[in-house]
Amino acid sequence: MKSEDFDLLSRLVRDRSGLVLTPDKSYLLESRLMPVARKIGVKGLDELVVKLRQRSDASLERLVVEAMTTNETLFFRDTKPFEQLTRLVLPNLLEKRAAKRQIRVWCAAASTGQEPYSIAIALKEEGAKVAGWKIELLGTDINLEVIERARAAVYSQFEVQRGLPIKLLVKYFKQMDGDKWQLNQEIRDMVQYREFNLLHDMKSLGQFDVVFCRNVLIYFDQPTKAQVLERIAELLPDDGVLYLGGAETVLGVTDRFEPIPNERGLYRPVRKK
Amino acid sequence: MKSCLIVDDSRVVRMVARKILQDLSFHTIEAEDGLKALDICKRELPDAVLLDWNMPVMNGLEFLIALRQLEGGSEPKVVFCTTENDLEHIQKAMAAGADEYIMKPFDAEIIQSKFAQVGLI
Repeated sequence: MKSEDFDLLSRLVRDRSGLVLTPDKSYLLESRLMPVARKIGVKGLDELVVKLRQRSDASLERLVVEAMTTNETLFFRDTKPFEQLTRLVLPNLLEKRAAKRQIRVWCAAASTGQEPYSIAIALKEEGAKVAGWKIELLGTDINLEVIERARAAVYSQFEVQRGLPIKLLVKYFKQMDGDKWQLNQEIRDMVQYREFNLLHDMKSLGQFDVVFCRNVLIYFDQPTKAQVLERIAELLPDDGVLYLGGAETVLGVTDRFEPIPNERGLYRPVRKK
Repeated sequence: MKSCLIVDDSRVVRMVARKILQDLSFHTIEAEDGLKALDICKRELPDAVLLDWNMPVMNGLEFLIALRQLEGGSEPKVVFCTTENDLEHIQKAMAAGADEYIMKPFDAEIIQSKFAQVGLI
């Protein structure tokens, strides 16, 4: 790929999604954008770039950004965060929010829905403890196509076998034709989905008690990471909780969060003095 | 080192499963039908059983029911691994005491995920 083409594509993806593509990742552009090129009827990436240069085409730009943002996800990914949710985070909130009986949770990169639905199932499994509570789960993603998939909540046999215990599959899914499984309506109704870009102003989303922002920041450069984390801090009360992915940290990025001791991946906001 | 008994009438499936389980640090034993697997379990119970459903002589479900009646037979974690991919079969397996259920085709990631869920890893 010509370096000026790489620059144009990586700048477009970075400006729209925050995703940083270094030149050693040019193979990613090739593998992910070839389907886009085919979709719009051009031969290769050269012609795709020509189209992008010719005129401002919001729908083509969207296709490119969506193809480049990673959607890798699975049910109960890493297990531990969901164990922490029911052992530590939820009991704490049930005590602190006893007057309001309301909890708001945000999955900042919901992808095809596995993470928000895992949270919904984990909460549902808590049964009587959360009965009568208003629990709002918001799932957002930059990619409209994956949001549509999340709303439909139809998963392949392969997807339902990654991370989801068989007892929960039997309990919460119905088998469709072929090898597809659909999550039942009750769990689907627990999650609202919205298209949202993490680089945009977050205030319109409201306040949250828990934010899951796992395995997203790894794709951002340092200033973008700091900016996103600082904005998330504004949405959390003092006793709110932020989840990051196993390979992510706030250390050296921002002082607006600090790790919760002995709870890997969990952070709490730090108020400015 | 934990042990896993692989029960499948397909030599190829046993070979693929053996490779995956050995990479996960399991000592593996193999049987090509339920009856042979049951004989092995009567001598020494493994920590885990990866179990096909459709096999000659004794099928996976019959093996599981017999295993659970052995002394100490409730101990091994049994993970079905079968092309019987419908809800009815899954429910039957769970009722007979299966701990997890893999719908074929499988790969290393699925086996690892299921074995982790039942506390084998």
